[in-house]
Amino acid sequence: MTLLVYTENREGKFKKATFELLSYAQELAKNINTEIVALSIGDVSPDELNKLGNYGAKKVFSVKDEKLDLLDNKIYTAVIADILEKENAKIIIFPDNLSGRALAPRLSAKLKAGLVSGVVDIPSSYDPFIIKNKVFTGKAYASVKVTSDIKILTLSQNSFGIKDPSSDTPQIEDIKPDISCIDSNLKLLSVDMVTGKLLLTDAERVVSGGRGMRSPENWNLIEELAELLGAATACTRPVSDEGWRPHDEHVGQTGKIIAPELYIACGISGAIQHVGGISSSKVIVAINKDPDAPIFEVADYGILGDFKNVLPELTKAIKETKGS
Amino acid sequence: MKILVCISDVPDTTTKIKFTNENKELDKTGIQWVINPWDELALTRALELKESSGGEIESITVINVGSAASEPTIRKALAMGADNAIRVDIEPKESYFVAYQLAEAIKPREFDIILAGLDSADYNGASVGGMLAELLDMASVSAVSALNIEEGKVLVNREIEGGTQKLEVKTPFIAVVQKGIAIEPRIPAMRGIMMARTKPLEVVEPSNANCLTENLVYELPQPKGACRIFKEEDIKELVEVLHKEAKSI
Repeated sequence: MTLLVYTENREGKFKKATFELLSYAQELAKNINTEIVALSIGDVSPDELNKLGNYGAKKVFSVKDEKLDLLDNKIYTAVIADILEKENAKIIIFPDNLSGRALAPRLSAKLKAGLVSGVVDIPSSYDPFIIKNKVFTGKAYASVKVTSDIKILTLSQNSFGIKDPSSDTPQIEDIKPDISCIDSNLKLLSVDMVTGKLLLTDAERVVSGGRGMRSPENWNLIEELAELLGAATACTRPVSDEGWRPHDEHVGQTGKIIAPELYIACGISGAIQHVGGISSSKVIVAINKDPDAPIFEVADYGILGDFKNVLPELTKAIKETKGS
Repeated sequence: MKILVCISDVPDTTTKIKFTNENKELDKTGIQWVINPWDELALTRALELKESSGGEIESITVINVGSAASEPTIRKALAMGADNAIRVDIEPKESYFVAYQLAEAIKPREFDIILAGLDSADYNGASVGGMLAELLDMASVSAVSALNIEEGKVLVNREIEGGTQKLEVKTPFIAVVQKGIAIEPRIPAMRGIMMARTKPLEVVEPSNANCLTENLVYELPQPKGACRIFKEEDIKELVEVLHKEAKSI
């Protein structure tokens, strides 16, 4: 019996979320005395695959096939199920992101394996298998019992942390899957990748603005601070609905759920829908001129004042601290 | 062409969540039940497509797994403009159970496109759409942020980590939709509300389904400590704290 981790690469490189997933898996593997097998789909160099070993994978299945480039959920699921069976894996862990959400449910139904989405901790018990996840968009947690033999988990990002890498390398096995007989309904027409911009889901720091920013022209103040901090920029739903900022920056209940180390909220009142998307951030700083704004109820630190004065001052003060 | 939209009945997104029965159950007192926001956007887009299709899209059906208590939500979907509805008559349990009920109800019928919301605002399983696709052995596209029909071809935008893909998809398939599929949910007009009363709502018997998971107990997050407030003139002090105590910059 082993523990299988689905590792996702972007243009051949693994991201932080993958190493977090493996760090998390190490903890589980230790507790149930088993080994971690990683599954990588796509074109990834041996050097990059070795990194999976640094974070605890004993074995890596590297699956390559042109047909997989289409990201057809149905074909992916068939490939993953095959390997799962071959390895007799009883626990499989996905990231709780777009791909985890696309694949884990299909696999769950295919294998009749209980799925717990958005887990935030290691299991509190292995037999019976009980684990905690986020529900009601971070407004509460549930302890979930999984009754099936195989268990599927998706791990909330930034909920566990990354262990220090070792110098261990994994055994790498290349696999050419037998998927010639599965037809795809999908035809890829074009791809539009965001380039040169730090993605919200990768960012350790985020600077975000709400309707209190008054107009899109004022976002240069946010961008300046974000650049200084190496942070991504985000916004609230009204801001993206107004078209002031792109939809992919919308953070909140119906947008992206994030959990960075530092979240700076400027001109955000703190509607419950927004707070649901950021409440797991480690440190929240709120800038608002209204002392009664609900954002101060979830923030760790607050600056009472108008963003027009506060943001330039804050940027200046951080520059000085960094320079010293 | 026929479109089916899966809708679930969830607490309004502004609800303050509380639990009861030793934290084993959601406290339903005072909760406003609404169509799950993602499902509502899916339905809105389906209606827009039908209206602009010049008759090519024959009907929009909504389906829900729920007791009679979810009928007001289903009627709202009909008031928005869906043509008919199916309710699988059983209290929803966990995701697989719901997906199984949906699959069994859908099997004897034919739909070209099935829409499901990416997530639900209650238990956040983010899974019913994908499970349903597997149970029906259908293609699925997840994180769909745009859906168009041009010259009989179904075109979708799919969000992937770091970008967007444009795909042409052969029907039948399931689109698991996210924000962007429609901008604002449609608000039912008075005429729609009147008409909804007489639109067909078929109640079907549930199937025998297993549950794979069970929520044992709930808890609320630990309350945060009080927020430390700084005045505009004390920003330097805050930066010191962020740097030295919180170590976040």
